[in-house]
Amino acid sequence: MSEVEKGQVMTANRLRDGEVVFLTRSGEWNEKIDEAVLALEPQATAALEARANEDVKATLVTGSYLFDAERVGGKIRALHMRERIRTLGPTVRLDLGKQAEGTGGAFAFKEA
Amino acid sequence: MPLLKNNAFITDSWLHLGAEDALPEGGNVTIPFSRLKNEWESLAKFPGQLGAVLSNTDHAEDVAHFLPHLALVVLPFPAFVDGRAYSIARQIRLLGYRGELRATGNILPDQFQYMTQVGFSSFEVSERFPLQSWQQASKQMSLAYQRGLYRRVGEAEVWSERHADTAPEPTPWEEQPHAG
Amino acid sequence: MYRYDEFDHQFVQERTAQFRDQANRRLSGALTEDEFRPLRLMNGLYLQLHAYMLRVAIPYGTLSSKQMRQLAYIADKWDRGYGHFTTRQNIQYNWIKLEDTADILAALAEVEMHAIQTSGNCIRNVTTDHWAGAAADEIADPRPVGELLRQWSSLHPEFSYLPRKFKIAVTGAPNDRAAVKVHDIGLRLHRNDAGAIGWEVMVGGGQGRTPMIAVTVRDFLPERELVAYIEAIMRVYNLYGRRDNKFKARIKILVHEIGAEKFKAEVEAEYARRPEQTTHVEEKELQRIAAYFAPPAFEKLSRFSPAFEEAKLLHPGFARWARNNLAAHRVDGYTIVNISLKPEGGIPGDATSDQMRLMAELAERYSHDELRVSHPQNIILPHVKKDDALAIWQALVPAELATANYGLAGDIIACPGMDYCSLATARSIPISQAISRKFADLDVQEKIGPVKINISGCINACGHHHVGHIGILGLDKKGEEFYQITLGGSSAENASIGSILGPGFAGHEVADAIEKILTTYVKLRQPGEEFLYAYRRLGPQPFKEALYAAA
Repeated sequence: MSEVEKGQVMTANRLRDGEVVFLTRSGEWNEKIDEAVLALEPQATAALEARANEDVKATLVTGSYLFDAERVGGKIRALHMRERIRTLGPTVRLDLGKQAEGTGGAFAFKEA
Repeated sequence: MPLLKNNAFITDSWLHLGAEDALPEGGNVTIPFSRLKNEWESLAKFPGQLGAVLSNTDHAEDVAHFLPHLALVVLPFPAFVDGRAYSIARQIRLLGYRGELRATGNILPDQFQYMTQVGFSSFEVSERFPLQSWQQASKQMSLAYQRGLYRRVGEAEVWSERHADTAPEPTPWEEQPHAG
Repeated sequence: MYRYDEFDHQFVQERTAQFRDQANRRLSGALTEDEFRPLRLMNGLYLQLHAYMLRVAIPYGTLSSKQMRQLAYIADKWDRGYGHFTTRQNIQYNWIKLEDTADILAALAEVEMHAIQTSGNCIRNVTTDHWAGAAADEIADPRPVGELLRQWSSLHPEFSYLPRKFKIAVTGAPNDRAAVKVHDIGLRLHRNDAGAIGWEVMVGGGQGRTPMIAVTVRDFLPERELVAYIEAIMRVYNLYGRRDNKFKARIKILVHEIGAEKFKAEVEAEYARRPEQTTHVEEKELQRIAAYFAPPAFEKLSRFSPAFEEAKLLHPGFARWARNNLAAHRVDGYTIVNISLKPEGGIPGDATSDQMRLMAELAERYSHDELRVSHPQNIILPHVKKDDALAIWQALVPAELATANYGLAGDIIACPGMDYCSLATARSIPISQAISRKFADLDVQEKIGPVKINISGCINACGHHHVGHIGILGLDKKGEEFYQITLGGSSAENASIGSILGPGFAGHEVADAIEKILTTYVKLRQPGEEFLYAYRRLGPQPFKEALYAAA
């Protein structure tokens, strides 16, 4: 049984195209949740918020917020369905979105 | 705050009094509308020009009685998405008011044309936006479908143009006190 | 159909240029997101779960084949090869980039279309009866008034920053297919005893978290006064509608809080204050517009089409489709073709670009170049010769557009829900898919008869659950999706708001619950009694017992 860590991930939409992005360790925004930082403590989430606010001001991204996520076996997964859909794509169109573009991460939706 | 009028930044010639401020000897003075109502008997004798500062919850019909004595009406936009002042402006113009109608508060270039169309003629604006951005914003749309709007040079009403042969009855709206 | 003149063309072109400038200013940082949001919304651009979403206006749901082909082109060039037709007769694209949007608006302007006021706190796209100009029960075509109001409401300087969004629906027939009683303003055309035409003006209907049926403020308003009178309603709303709480900001709350009589008095007082101007120009403009909606050159045909009758005998599949998906046309020998966008297990209202092009081609060949989008999210060919119905059906079958479930249990209204929408609290589409699979057998659907199942993925009620005969509302309960069922709603002339039946269900339980409800209905109905009327007679009790007794 692999270790499960619970924390928060910073997300936003890229301003110019609306793509869902996640804040990475290096302070960049990446399309893959697997690249995201999972903040485990308040200090870390505060750092993510500060960075995100700067990038919102710099018009790189818009609508940034933190969501609850967990790391299972080294891979990150959103806890709530809404955020899972954002990290993967529509559950009713598995041929669309990150899940179809290879940027969806490790926890894919299954065919209904 | 810059004051925009007739496509230029100008100096405000008005003194804006609060609820308690003493009245000067003369000149141009605005008074909050509630005070104007309460102290009208004495204010009516004021030798200079009077203006009223409304809130966007004041009723145009309450203001109607005072309009012939006013040279400035100030209407606020507490937030640019709060559109009440557009309707009050239109009502005040419908009541026949011909003086300066000034917009204050959260005013952005992208709402500027709507404000001129409902009858605003001066604008207390943020330093954030250079004169050029207002001049550009004022001529983005040269057509409006609605009738009875205030029009600037180069603006036309589609329905009136289409039916120009149907002699339209004159309306108070067709005057353009701040054209250009 | 309405055609743009040089003014209309110039108007949408200037509007596109204006948006291009606004988008550039946003990208450069000159505009903040808070400042830009209302501007992009008033051009139909949302930010949703996966990307930007663009909602394109299809005024009163009417399209030419050229316009439909352009919608397909946009889907291919700037989206993912499909679009979603909505309950307000619009189309939405789900994978749009901000930096492409001005180009898309320019492509729309080429075919006399736009995305103006498909969102934002302004007057939205005016909707109407999707069978306008074709329906057998129609008094007069409501679309000229729809077009008049489209123009009048476009970039209205006074009413672009209302307390909340504002929706107007118009119908010209006694059987209300436009849901006018659940709109902010509903207009219904009727004749008085003298045979003259006038409009009943209803205000304050709506769905969302506080569903209400509209009240009538004028019984018989002369047509030429519509614009002036609606302007008075709008001014009262703009001045007095609540702005302190966005959940109480719709006009229905104002009407409810001050009372219908006081509201009416305010409107009449405002109307009396209007300037001394005649309504002559409005009248002329309406005449000008109405000429565009003159009926097409129908052929003189017999009511009875031997070819049509014979085809039904030869093709049982066609006979079923003809029975369910065709509706009475007002001209002999013609029919209205309702193309279901609800295939078994499909996504309600979605159409691929290939499907759009096929429907465009069929409209061009067989339906006087016209298509309609209906509020229950289907596509309509309004003017088809019965003789041509078989050819249409044969073309639709391989494209998966011939599902014979129009108005039946499989013809489900569903909002995009949490699969796409950032406001949603639960998914709608998978629930719809499960129900349509459950009732895959069309014999079963026909046996059940007409029933409207409507699904919303949140309290905003875009899926019209309050007025579904069976309504399903998806909510979030401690991080899990769950669904409330309401019964007895209707958006028609007999409008009513559905009542919650009992405790909610998990997503995988919903289709079974719907089956139990419909089984109970079939067992208890009287001969010929439709679901809605059986529910009104029986009340909720037998349905409650069927759903909850065993538990």
